[in-house]
Amino acid sequence: MQIARVVGTVVSTQKHRKFEGAKLLLVQPLNLDDTPRGTALLAVDGVGAGVTEKVLIVLEGRAAGEALGRKAAPVDAAIVGIVDLVDIHDHP
Amino acid sequence: MHLARVIGDVVVTRKDDSLVGIKLLVVQPIAPDGTDAGRALVAVDAAGAGVGETVFFVRGKEASFPFFPVEPPVDAGIVGIVDHWTVEK
Repeated sequence: MQIARVVGTVVSTQKHRKFEGAKLLLVQPLNLDDTPRGTALLAVDGVGAGVTEKVLIVLEGRAAGEALGRKAAPVDAAIVGIVDLVDIHDHP
Repeated sequence: MHLARVIGDVVVTRKDDSLVGIKLLVVQPIAPDGTDAGRALVAVDAAGAGVGETVFFVRGKEASFPFFPVEPPVDAGIVGIVDHWTVEK
């Protein structure tokens, strides 16, 4: 799983039927110091996340399908949690 | 899933039997600001997309799910056409 920031929303009318009713959000994966890592991607929202929130995402098809609650959905990324806090204990 | 622009189509006559009847398109992944992000790739079409449209595609085995019970040997598939997207500044 990875930590990401929700940066936007996506609207699509013509899509595969397994996406009907699903919320699509643009998420930007983050490094541990909150700097962006790589390109933003689309994730289905399984927890009711909103723009600017820091979230936990899965980047694997089976797990993402489960988060959506649908079997055999053609998805590869999903938001599975909203991050309250990340506490990194630096090794001396 | 990733945002992408459809920039071309691919015609393949001799192919795996399970790919018969499936449309192949060339997609260029894009960043939320619309600029190219990485290399273009070939994806199967499960959304009725065409050249010039902005779409989103899925990577991995899940790209074959829309064709169930056939399981074509593919690793990228277009699953939706984007009407519009918003990025918070």
